[in-house]
Amino acid sequence: MTKSKTVEIKKYGTYWERNRQSGGYLLRHDVGEVFIKFVRFVLLFGMCFLILQPILNKISVSFMEQQDLYNPIVVSIPLHFTGENYKLAAEIMSYKEALKNSIIISLTIAIIQTAMCTIVGYGFSRFKFPLKNFWFGCVLALIIVPPQAFSSSLVLHFSNYDILGIFKALKGGPINLRGSVVPYYLMSLTCMGLKNGLYIYLVRQFFRNIPVDLEEAAYIDGCGMFKTFTKIMVPQSKPIVTSCFLFSLVWQWTDGFYSKLFIGGKKLVSTSLASIADALGVYIARQNGAANAQTGVSTQYTNCILSTGTLLIVLPIVVVYLIAQKAFVESISSTGIKM
Amino acid sequence: MKKAKKYTGLQKRKAIAGYLFISPFIIGFLLFLFKPLFESLYMSFCEVTLGAGVVDMKWVGIKNYYDAFRIDPDYLVNLTDVLPQMILYSIGIIVFSFFVSLLLNQDFKARGLVRAVFFLPVIMSSGVILGLEENNSLMAQIADTVEAAAANVSITAVLEEVLETAGVGTRAYNWVFEIIDNIYDIATASGIQIIIFISGLQSISSSMYEAAYIEGCTKWESLWKITFPMVSSIFLVNWIYTVVDFSMRSDNDVMSKIDKVMVTELRYGPASAMAWCYFLIITLFIAITSFLLSKAVYYNDEK
Repeated sequence: MTKSKTVEIKKYGTYWERNRQSGGYLLRHDVGEVFIKFVRFVLLFGMCFLILQPILNKISVSFMEQQDLYNPIVVSIPLHFTGENYKLAAEIMSYKEALKNSIIISLTIAIIQTAMCTIVGYGFSRFKFPLKNFWFGCVLALIIVPPQAFSSSLVLHFSNYDILGIFKALKGGPINLRGSVVPYYLMSLTCMGLKNGLYIYLVRQFFRNIPVDLEEAAYIDGCGMFKTFTKIMVPQSKPIVTSCFLFSLVWQWTDGFYSKLFIGGKKLVSTSLASIADALGVYIARQNGAANAQTGVSTQYTNCILSTGTLLIVLPIVVVYLIAQKAFVESISSTGIKM
Repeated sequence: MKKAKKYTGLQKRKAIAGYLFISPFIIGFLLFLFKPLFESLYMSFCEVTLGAGVVDMKWVGIKNYYDAFRIDPDYLVNLTDVLPQMILYSIGIIVFSFFVSLLLNQDFKARGLVRAVFFLPVIMSSGVILGLEENNSLMAQIADTVEAAAANVSITAVLEEVLETAGVGTRAYNWVFEIIDNIYDIATASGIQIIIFISGLQSISSSMYEAAYIEGCTKWESLWKITFPMVSSIFLVNWIYTVVDFSMRSDNDVMSKIDKVMVTELRYGPASAMAWCYFLIITLFIAITSFLLSKAVYYNDEK
């Protein structure tokens, strides 16, 4: 290191000499660089703190013993440090089982949704066909209309599910699909899942920004349309596919709406977090025995366990994000179209 | 009369391929969305009474719509409150997230970690967690304690006071200050937009910047001449998403009003009418703004 530096000095002179030779440009450039770095650091640090602060509060609360919660002097640093809250929250939520179910369902749903939305989005971005604008309007409708608006009628729809009377002919009546995961997978396969309209639109905008030259070259070389899509376009769309996958995973992970509607029977992290307060009451009552059943759980303690549960639920997603975000960086090299 | 476009040869094959590509969506739309959507629209023209397991609908025409605007005391007020707020916040969120994504797209130490921090609000404001957070009184109490400790050192409050005594353009900077005072809400609401912007920024070929640099283009110029046009299509998505996200949030006045009428008062007809009016206004707003924006959007596939 020092050796190369001395060589450099011999060759080009010291820093100040070089600065003089460049007419002060070098110093100005370096000072500017440091200044930009400093401003960036201050901005990012401030914003990160803004976002992290509520989460830091949660972390500190999650390590507090019950008596600390009632103590007005204790704000951020626990006086009686304990890991019991995590144990309790994990037990109440049946964390292991819920985690396993959630991982299986969220991953499969996210993969299906991302794949289907990429295909549909590509179709909208590249091909000209009759009624295209009408169908795209339908995509926008899917974005704008919230799922709550048609949930009640969807439940009825799935309770007596029948496509064009096929099931009636086969089994003599419509089948009840409510409470099973089948309809949800069907909806994901057909891009009707949570916020799928957004993914379609996102992928479409992304592909419209990629020059058509590569595809045309592939067509001329005799590559089919679907093969062109999978072999040439998909590898280029890594950043957008990754972000769609992440969104879909997160929304599925914390979703209470569709989960309650379709997957009610199975334990998921989202649904068990939603009912953690009630479960805590039941748990404490059972521990205290029937004699003390009247004494409820204090709001503070419930909220403390709730915060601990929230942290437990958020942690796996953060890990996934840290792994997945490499795709944002790697993609620089992969989008190497020379204009 | 315009002659109908005829698709022949390669064009025809492409049209068929296009339909094959979007066929999952068409199937899904017809199977799942179409019927519920029109049922809800039909409901808004009816008086709905829930019997024992039977839904009784009686056609009453536009009475529900008339009631929503002329008789209901809150709906119109809520609507006029929410719309300007929506415009203000959406602009704030878009500007903030574009700025942050530019920062996060640069090369610096611990970038992955910082990006992860900006991703946290996406998780914390999604699904069940959002509803639970709002009711968490313990956390609110701690946040108040922390805030109270720092209450005397607010720079914006001082600035606001100074500007107020100066008394110039009060309304304009009141809006700016409203955004600054609610920067936390904006930061938590812009997680998705930041990621979408980053993935858009990543897709810009670095050879463009190289060429511009060699030609003597400064960074400031290449921001406006390369980055901005190349992510302009992403702006459009983000704008639509932000507007929809803000207007469909459950803590929104209009949405909670609709929810109240639907769930508490069990008046399905008027609730559907209010919801449909609201959707129509939002859709109209999105249509107008995205039409104006799309004029400025540059697509690379146009030759």
